[in-house]
Amino acid sequence: MAKVVFKIGDDVSTDTIYPGRFMATVLPSETPQHAFADFPEINRMIREKKIEPGSVIVAGQNFGCGSSREQAASCLKGPDLVVVARGFARIFLQNSINLGLRTVICPEIEASEGDELEIGLDSVTNRTTGKTYAVHPLPKARQAIVDAGGLIPYTRKLLLEKK
Amino acid sequence: MGMTVVQKILAGASGRRDVLVGDVVEPRVDIAMSHENAALVINQFNEVFKETGRAPEVWDPSKIVIIFDHRVPAESAKTATNQKKIRDFVRKQGIPNFHDVRGDEGGICHQVLPENGYIRPGSVVVGTDSHTTSHGALGAFSFGIGATEMAAVWTLGRVLNVEVPGTIRVTVGGRFPEGVGPKDLILYLIGKLTAEGANYRVIEFHGDAIRSLPMSGRITICNMTVEAGATSGIVPADEETERYLREEAGLSGPFDRVAPDRDASYAEEVAVDVGALAPQVACPHTVDHVKPIQEVAGTKVDQIVIGSCTNGRFDDLETAARILRGKKIAKGVRMLVFPASWRIYKRALKEGILESLVDSGAVIVNPGCGCCLGVHQGALGDGEVALSTTNRNFKGRMGNPNAEVYLCSPATAAASSVTGAITDPRKVG
Repeated sequence: MAKVVFKIGDDVSTDTIYPGRFMATVLPSETPQHAFADFPEINRMIREKKIEPGSVIVAGQNFGCGSSREQAASCLKGPDLVVVARGFARIFLQNSINLGLRTVICPEIEASEGDELEIGLDSVTNRTTGKTYAVHPLPKARQAIVDAGGLIPYTRKLLLEKK
Repeated sequence: MGMTVVQKILAGASGRRDVLVGDVVEPRVDIAMSHENAALVINQFNEVFKETGRAPEVWDPSKIVIIFDHRVPAESAKTATNQKKIRDFVRKQGIPNFHDVRGDEGGICHQVLPENGYIRPGSVVVGTDSHTTSHGALGAFSFGIGATEMAAVWTLGRVLNVEVPGTIRVTVGGRFPEGVGPKDLILYLIGKLTAEGANYRVIEFHGDAIRSLPMSGRITICNMTVEAGATSGIVPADEETERYLREEAGLSGPFDRVAPDRDASYAEEVAVDVGALAPQVACPHTVDHVKPIQEVAGTKVDQIVIGSCTNGRFDDLETAARILRGKKIAKGVRMLVFPASWRIYKRALKEGILESLVDSGAVIVNPGCGCCLGVHQGALGDGEVALSTTNRNFKGRMGNPNAEVYLCSPATAAASSVTGAITDPRKVG
């Protein structure tokens, strides 16, 4: 069971997830301190590590639109958050898969902060409301990277196969 | 079965005769560009080689281009240290195509790449910047990727697991009316498609109005296709592409003009008549919140910005100077101008355009991304309103979540600087 710790709407940009003014910070160990910097409550919870690993951010359509900055994925991967969104922007989704941030495409999801979700491979059940929602599979090209544990190990394997 | 331009490019780069939308391919990369975020790419690249017993070595130093632009000159010790790390890496790996913070070779990556002849029609270009879509203006398939994906490209020379995208065909007819330009067209189109309307797709541009545009306007349009979620924008190469490559980028032909097949199949077709278009403005806080200028005219502004990879080219500065000549920027308004490259800066300097803008009260900032991403050189104060020719107006974009950013063309920005409020450029003589 995973708790929804933060709910946010459509078209959440990478500037909201990880503002440009912190882009000189690149280490994944340091980026979480600036996650959602302009939302003091969630930022404090992430910074002070008050969130259980596996907790959920629920979002609307087009989550992660905007910049290719990978900090927007690493800052959520650090505290082991899961993002359940109605849809994701292309580069953000790819960055998340590459870094191993768990992203769930759930086009009909309805949930409030504090709700308990059960996230399966094909569906998400909101245990608080009792409703179940279908999950869209990841684009097929990306599953292989997820299965390898991210793009770094995947690339390393290909490198070692290369003469 | 016919193919779109991007299908053809991907087929060629993957060693296949044809590809279908949804096929997974691994195209070879012709140009791999990074800016200061190369600091992160280097970390991830070194990570790939860990415990392999091999020394980190890029696949082909001549195909990597690194250009400092986001925070130049360095705004903090952290940035300066990242830049130093990148310089060391460039030296060690023997990367010849490096554009440091220098007046003789620098500028914004999306301007420096085309003007130095790095981009050719039909090539595959990736960059660790979402506005890498810009280079589709020269008929290349050019798209933004993250740092880890770039680390894989540096290692293998291919982009891994790319799904061949579907294409939206946009045909733009008519003639641009006075005071209406390429920026107005792309803002209008993003408003129509919405911020995610082109997600996972490419926008292929056709029509007389596109063909009539010089390369600078085409770059403006392709630059912002990502704001509709597109993987890339692309203008099939034509005479203007060849003229630009020869006269401005210093290349010699022949160039491979990749055109779509007549029977190519499109995910969606959109027609736009620019003849009926008014100047457009994107209102806070999303790029698709677009309105014709009459609906926002009169909105007071504190800061006006002309420049960036979207609209910092020579003709953009020239347009602004023409509108402002002999006039003053309104009291209480500050105007920042940052040319897209030092080459543009020097030409505008020689032709008196910078002097004219300064005489009107503008502040000229060195070429680079300036205040666009909210790091330095023009952050906004609480409650302030900016009107900008840049490409994003997300909350917090210019460094302050308690400020508002409107997006417009250089003509609208210049006209508005005279009055201090959003003003239709057709009404300023």
